[in-house]
Amino acid sequence: MKILIRNGRVVDPASGRDAVGDVAIADGRICESLAGEPERVIDARGLVVAPGLIDLSARLREPGFEYKATLESEMDAAVAGGVTSLACPPDTDPPLDEPGLVDMLRRRAKALSRARVYPVGALTVQLAGERLTEMAELAEAGCVAFSQANAPLSDTQVLWRALQYAATFGFPVWLRAEDYCLARGGVAHDGEVATRLGLPGIPAFAETIALGALLELVRASGARLHVCRLSSAGAVQLMRAAKAEGLPVSCDVGAHYVHLSDMDLGYFDSHCRLTPPLRSQRDREALSAGLADGTIDCMCSDHTPVDEDQKQLPFSEAEPGATGLELLLPLALKWGALRNLPLAKTMARITSDPARILGVQSGRLAPGAPADVVVFDPQASVRIGAGMLRSQGKNTPFLGYELEGRVRYTLVAGKPVYESA
Amino acid sequence: MKPLPDAESLCAGLVAELRPLIGPNTAMIGLYTGGVWLAERLHAELALAQPLGTMDIAFYRDDYNKQGLARDPKRTRIPFTVGGRDLLLVDDVLYTGRTVRAAMNELFDYGRPASISLVVLADRGGRELPICAQHCGAKVDVPADMRLRLRRGDDGKLRLELERAE
Amino acid sequence: MQSNPQLNANGELRHLLSIEGLPREVLLGILDTAASFVGVTEREVKKVPILRGKSVFNLFFEPSTRTRTTFEIAAKRLSADVINLNIAASSQTKGESLLDTVANLSAMQADVFVVRHASSGAPFLIAQHVKAHEHVINAGDGRHAHPTQGLLDLYTIRHYKRDFSRLTVAVVGDVLHSRVARSLIHGLTTLSTPEVRVIGPKTLLPTGVESLGVRVFHDMREGLRGADVVVMLRLQSERMRGALLPSAQEFFKHYGLTAEKLALARPDAIVMHPGPMNRGVEIDSSVADGPHSVILPQVTFGIAVRMAVMSMVAGTS
Repeated sequence: MKILIRNGRVVDPASGRDAVGDVAIADGRICESLAGEPERVIDARGLVVAPGLIDLSARLREPGFEYKATLESEMDAAVAGGVTSLACPPDTDPPLDEPGLVDMLRRRAKALSRARVYPVGALTVQLAGERLTEMAELAEAGCVAFSQANAPLSDTQVLWRALQYAATFGFPVWLRAEDYCLARGGVAHDGEVATRLGLPGIPAFAETIALGALLELVRASGARLHVCRLSSAGAVQLMRAAKAEGLPVSCDVGAHYVHLSDMDLGYFDSHCRLTPPLRSQRDREALSAGLADGTIDCMCSDHTPVDEDQKQLPFSEAEPGATGLELLLPLALKWGALRNLPLAKTMARITSDPARILGVQSGRLAPGAPADVVVFDPQASVRIGAGMLRSQGKNTPFLGYELEGRVRYTLVAGKPVYESA
Repeated sequence: MKPLPDAESLCAGLVAELRPLIGPNTAMIGLYTGGVWLAERLHAELALAQPLGTMDIAFYRDDYNKQGLARDPKRTRIPFTVGGRDLLLVDDVLYTGRTVRAAMNELFDYGRPASISLVVLADRGGRELPICAQHCGAKVDVPADMRLRLRRGDDGKLRLELERAE
Repeated sequence: MQSNPQLNANGELRHLLSIEGLPREVLLGILDTAASFVGVTEREVKKVPILRGKSVFNLFFEPSTRTRTTFEIAAKRLSADVINLNIAASSQTKGESLLDTVANLSAMQADVFVVRHASSGAPFLIAQHVKAHEHVINAGDGRHAHPTQGLLDLYTIRHYKRDFSRLTVAVVGDVLHSRVARSLIHGLTTLSTPEVRVIGPKTLLPTGVESLGVRVFHDMREGLRGADVVVMLRLQSERMRGALLPSAQEFFKHYGLTAEKLALARPDAIVMHPGPMNRGVEIDSSVADGPHSVILPQVTFGIAVRMAVMSMVAGTS
């Protein structure tokens, strides 16, 4: 289909373009110009035209957790949020440790014709941290990287072997840095707020100790490491030094963590029960600055739908996680505005930068690139509420907030998959 | 409107009325706050043998469900045995009779008195319960939207005052 | 939950969930009301009719005979009907959620829920979901708060020492796990106590405890010097298994209260303990039974304080 998106503010971080203009699409790809008349014209006056968002972590809850959410609802949520590509973590039930499961997931997602789904395979069998998975087989089935999701891998020898094995094939390993023993039993950041609220804490050094170990293992194995969901100022510092040293590392931060801190727990609000925990305001500031200066490569939603019953529990019993696919864009824009960043730089963190880590062609509006595009109104605000969220996960600390950045059109492979007034 | 009677002369009148009735078994209890001031005067002038009792009816009121617990409850102190006693229950103003009903209920949780006589400085009518004062300084007409209160000056002198009811 | 869930629109106490967040006037009001109730507990007919016809449900998700009994006595002295529910942790795993349990009881015309729970914040969750005429009193939630204990400790201190603004109070022992300590510290700082000290090994003091407004001591003798009030906290045996302490003996040697260490406090210092005591672990018998100890009066005051709290919350709309 030939589509012309006209007169929008075209923001393409990869090329540095930020100007009013047109974007032409044909045969599922961006092109310089259209030969002949477009079959559809989208009037993008007053709107921003950007590459579709790329989210490095979105839980689709299938297979296994269909009572929390389904592929249909979450894929709807993705494109409603302007997300055209997403990577899903392996902590499904059963975990993504067999090629058959990965294959089935990819087929199901493809059949729905919404966002592109890139499964991240389990690093160890059943995510149990003991035996390696058949990474090569899983990669052939479509896994783009290997991860433990939130499951611990406390046997450092197994961790080392896993990184060596992945490095053999050049497979990227995505891991969250957390020392299992230090984090054991904790539900909140170990600091003044947890002390006041009487909640068992997870000290920030649970992250930095584990990260230090991971970086040593990267030096020893040569594995490509992507560190997931940074949560502390100390971790940002370690990543800065590691990149300066030239290690093959990258990292991301969850959208919530540059906006919220442990102060937001308030009166034990279980919507703020997250993994990793929300840390102090100082940590939040360091994460926000780290994302701005590029120490942290990109922002993801860490979309985790949790059913309401699991949130209507005392804080330490509630299930951690927040919905995020439909909040990634507004939260990124809000972060960029608070730091006074040019729009192109803000958008880079949710388009071209995650594209680079994922190793895909999307995330840019250059001719020849896949036509994954989002058109949004940067000024229109959305009131976050259960009614407007398409995800089955209605759990968010931002309930009732008014956030700016309303998606108007989402296109994947040149096909409109979402439109709104 | 008629001027309010002089509290001091009413007090003197009550003392004269009560003096012949005081016996070794007589004891006095004043109800917070105005009744306690009046009782202190009467008790001193009548030179009663038993120390003065003071009572707060906060926990016996009948309007708890509407008003909740009274803001500043005082402490009831009855420094004599109630059982078998001839009690003089003292309050400043008698109105609906509910305060006295509550006071009697509370009193009976301390023991069984031989008799209770109610002593008030002013009776403004408007009774909602079958309660009457055996000794009353004066009947006073008070408009429905006003409250009659006893006040004690820095010099210890008592006076009656009207104020707008909330 | 943005605004303080304990107070209604008029600033009256609708629930009692924690001492933190209570304005000074409300705190003092509770202590004053408790003083009125002490008189009731001292006379022959120990009942007042104020909560007649009302139902108080003791919802104890964590077992406790002492606290439950004092709440039961307090409720009965207010002429309320008392129903005790000891919901062992295992019955929760039978599937009924906390809120479902409360909803079922609410259908049985409850007025006051007295809740003890192992998870910090549980009473706040309940308070968010009860009906307008229902009230929640926190009888202890996880490590977070035990407001009625804090209040009776404050009452006890006021009874013996009168003026908070001149006191040095030392809280000794396992502050990390103690909801009693947290509640008391909040109460003391709200009432302008100039020096509140916590004394314990580093393993038993929570991160950033100074932010609660206290001075930290690891040397008990230094910490007790010149104290007017010494509050000893209970040490649970689990702490030895959790790699927090090597042994009860070593703990007693450095952090147990003996007559010799107490002599460093002021000569008229009082010794308090929320109970139950571990004699020979945190406190020596000679001190527990000695002239400085006010541990037994604490229990009596506890009934009056709980009567005050129940009658204050049950009367707000």
